[in-house]
Amino acid sequence: MNKLIVSPSPHVHGKDNTRRLMGDVIIALLPAVLVSIYFFGLSAIHLVAVSVVACVAIEYLIQKLFFKGKSTIGDLSAIVTGVLLALNLPVCSPWWLILIGAVVAIGIAKMTFGGLGQNLFNPALVARVVLLVSFPILMTGSAFHAPESGYLFGNAPDVVDATSGATPLALVKEQLAKGVAMDEIMKDPNLSYSQMLFARMGGSAGELSAIALLLGFVYLLIRRVIKPHISLSILITVFVFSGLLYLGNPAKFVDPVFNLLTGGLLLGAFFMATDYVTSPMTTKGQIIFGVGIGVITVLIRAFGAYPEGVSFAILIMNSTVPLLNKIQPKRFAKEAQKK
Amino acid sequence: MTNTIIFTIATLAVLGLLLAIVLYIVAQKFKVEEDPRIDIVESKLPGANCGGCGKAGCRAFAEAAVKEGLDKCFCPVGGNPTMQKIAEALGLTVEAKEPQVAVVRCSGSCDKRKKTTVYDGLATCSTIASLYSGDTDCKFGCLGRGDCEAACKFDAIKINPQTGLPEVDEEKCTACGSCVKACPKGIIELRNKGPKSRRLYVACRNQDKGAVARKACLAACIGCGKCQKVCAFEAITVENNLAYIDYTKCRMCRKCAAECPTGAIHEVNFPPRPVKQEVPLNK
Amino acid sequence: MRTFKMGGVHPADKKISKDAAIEKLPIPKTVYISMGQHLGAPAEPCVAPGDKVKVGQLIANATGFVSAPVHSSVSGTVKSIEMVKDLAGKPGKAVVIDVEGDEWVDTIDRSETVVKEITLDKKQIVERIKECGVVGLGGATFPTNVKLSPPPTATPTCVIINGAECEPYLTSDYRVMIEKPDQLLIGGTILMKALGVDKCYIGIEENKPEAIKLLTEKAKEYPGVEVVKLKKKYPQGGEKQLIDAVIGKKVPSMGLPVDTGAVVQNVGTAFAVYEAVQKNKPLFEGIMTVTGDCSQEQRNFVHRVGTPLSFIMEHCGGVPEDAAKIISGGPMMGKAIVNIDAPTLKGTSSILYLTEAQTKRKPESNCIRCGKCVGACPMGLEPYLLNKLGRNNMFDELEAHKVYDCIECGCCSFSCPAYIPLLDTIRQSKAAVMKIMKSRPKK
Repeated sequence: MNKLIVSPSPHVHGKDNTRRLMGDVIIALLPAVLVSIYFFGLSAIHLVAVSVVACVAIEYLIQKLFFKGKSTIGDLSAIVTGVLLALNLPVCSPWWLILIGAVVAIGIAKMTFGGLGQNLFNPALVARVVLLVSFPILMTGSAFHAPESGYLFGNAPDVVDATSGATPLALVKEQLAKGVAMDEIMKDPNLSYSQMLFARMGGSAGELSAIALLLGFVYLLIRRVIKPHISLSILITVFVFSGLLYLGNPAKFVDPVFNLLTGGLLLGAFFMATDYVTSPMTTKGQIIFGVGIGVITVLIRAFGAYPEGVSFAILIMNSTVPLLNKIQPKRFAKEAQKK
Repeated sequence: MTNTIIFTIATLAVLGLLLAIVLYIVAQKFKVEEDPRIDIVESKLPGANCGGCGKAGCRAFAEAAVKEGLDKCFCPVGGNPTMQKIAEALGLTVEAKEPQVAVVRCSGSCDKRKKTTVYDGLATCSTIASLYSGDTDCKFGCLGRGDCEAACKFDAIKINPQTGLPEVDEEKCTACGSCVKACPKGIIELRNKGPKSRRLYVACRNQDKGAVARKACLAACIGCGKCQKVCAFEAITVENNLAYIDYTKCRMCRKCAAECPTGAIHEVNFPPRPVKQEVPLNK
Repeated sequence: MRTFKMGGVHPADKKISKDAAIEKLPIPKTVYISMGQHLGAPAEPCVAPGDKVKVGQLIANATGFVSAPVHSSVSGTVKSIEMVKDLAGKPGKAVVIDVEGDEWVDTIDRSETVVKEITLDKKQIVERIKECGVVGLGGATFPTNVKLSPPPTATPTCVIINGAECEPYLTSDYRVMIEKPDQLLIGGTILMKALGVDKCYIGIEENKPEAIKLLTEKAKEYPGVEVVKLKKKYPQGGEKQLIDAVIGKKVPSMGLPVDTGAVVQNVGTAFAVYEAVQKNKPLFEGIMTVTGDCSQEQRNFVHRVGTPLSFIMEHCGGVPEDAAKIISGGPMMGKAIVNIDAPTLKGTSSILYLTEAQTKRKPESNCIRCGKCVGACPMGLEPYLLNKLGRNNMFDELEAHKVYDCIECGCCSFSCPAYIPLLDTIRQSKAAVMKIMKSRPKK
């Protein structure tokens, strides 16, 4: 007989492990990636590939050079960050922009805190915001362009179409600033809902199709990777809050459905806010977290200088997570009465 | 322009003054009266907060020393010089204590003590001890997961990966006793450092009968009593198949160590024994 | 369908031995009857080496209120009273008996007839259960008579018989429900009488439809007894979870289960109560499962208490070649066997073989704060936090976060995707905190 193994109970383990969970997130992101490849072809492949390779390489190097530890890239979390980062960038991003993003995401936002599970802020979002603030021209406005027609594996046009140059939200904000009335703006054919649902939205790579993102979200729910609380509370809050504003003054504010479908809200609500590491543990905390993101998003969109606020909202709420984790879950039962 | 500057300076100055007054009032109101000697005593302590004195930390020790005197207080880390300084500061006297050091009473290294099961849980000794008798056949020996190492605040005790046993760094050990409390098997003991730091002790805790102990570990004390017979100072007792050397009686003659058939008696910091000249039988 | 409200996990069912009928295990040449087979003070032997004993004869007396007497499971000569290593390799006092024949004490009714009529009154029932050394067979081996004598502050309202058997692999309770339904239901009726209540629920998980069907049918003849179908979820068989599932009441933190009015007894215990009260048979036999995916045979046995585990293993074709860990009890809460020569106890419910691939723990990685442990904890605790506090010995915070409420079910470790042994740390912390709490002067 071999030497017996001895350990305290439990003696068996469930199927979940970090690699499987991260793998599921990658699978859930595939529809969005495929949609952007369908419309942008090589440039989308280039974006995702550079981003993933850069993120994985940076994590590996930092682990080996600074921590002198075993490589942790096997847990696939760097790939998730890479894909998310790619989906948060404009499709035509130059390689150096993606690389800077990867360095910020993995190097600064993740590894300086001690690697997976230790970071306070969502790495991909930190990278996006840093790039947005540092390279506003590249990250917004004319560098975005809505696909006029699908160019599968064709090159993206070098000349940017002026009318469809900005993201829908930026477009609305710009027009509002010019004093154009809301129903006038909405007549723009690029702003119809069917366009947004089926991949004709202007924006970063991951914002193209609401349906593709929804598909991924449903997959995550079925695989029990995430619970729906955070995502739903964000969406409901945005809908209700922006709906109230819209009812108050339809000429100045965009309607709630438009708010839901644009500006990466779905990408943020489904994949960024639900990041395990940077979201609260308890159901109650998760709902507060989601409501906070929703409120801040609408506030920034309606009154802020930036046309879109999901990234900022999530990062701001990320910083409240340690506090939200102080909320204790509902205990099984109350304390026995002292006799 | 000048107006703005003057206004700014004035505002800041007034603000600063107001806040200073608030701070002063608060500080006065919530002032805690304390015996100033506590601070003095605390400043003389090592400040490791190790708990080796049995108090919650250095501050608690200082409070106790001021209130109750030095009879029941001893800082093992600072040792006699620190106690002397504290006594001077408080105007008391204190008796010097023999310096002590932690010793590990197990010599069941990996090559002497075979593993009989594979432990696969949390790698702390206390977890193993609460679960079963250990991953070797010796129920008394070191579990080698380093609870002592984790408890030591002075980096003085470390598990040697070669032997799987903890080793004490005499220079760093302050005899605070944290490791003694941490060890679930009661293997570590504080013993007098001894003259020239020389010590003799039985490095085994096995109370099984000789044959059983020997089967579990080649270095076990089998309770044969040879050491007891050879000791001229009645320093050695054998109880429950286990020898123990009383360090207050031991005169460091080292006869017992030479006699021990399993090498369970360890001698520390002695000069090497003179090598016996082997006389060839046939000339 | 009812279940408990909070947490829980779904380990693979693996009831592969469920169709094996209960067989009688042969009697070994020598038995080692341990004195510490129950929770509480160990029993004190009342026989001496050389004495002749019969099956069912008292060989050790209870030594306190929370303690139980021990009876001989064989007939023969007492060889010695010595320290015998238990399955964890820790020595404990045991009576060693050399077996000669199989001669039973005359007072035991050995016939197969089912005695339905309960002649004893309330007090006599509890007294009989105590004399017969009946203990809880669900795992904790708490003396049954103590459970049937609740403190005056609590008023029992119902009996719950635990047929959940939520642990994977184990099938001994299932076999009892299938093969001895009448005895079980009479046992439940006796328990009702002993407590002076008129309601008895039998909670059975949905993965045992045959048992639910059979017992629901039979229960019609027994007034007050009701079978409750439960959803399959671990740890449904935990006392607090079962009470929550069946009658929807919550045992208060640091309180007794009987504070909710419910007294929970395991299926095996109810059967033992029947045998003790109706057949005057002390508890010296147990029902156990020998199973495992790598096990040559899947069987259920009646064993005599004190039979060496290695004897049972040999009887079932020996230890499988690829068995890396042998467990007594279920894979979630059972104990790993260190010493295969250890004797069986009253509460021994299984020998379970697991292969290295099934049981070897993977290296621990960083906590990714997924909150799966929080979601899995049936007591509403935060295992990730308790683990962190525990590793830093922060006992005050551990107490503030109710580490003492932990029922050690293992759901947290089971569900952790980073393979962190959460329960290992929490169990240690809990023990330390309980010690501190007990040492505190009572106000």
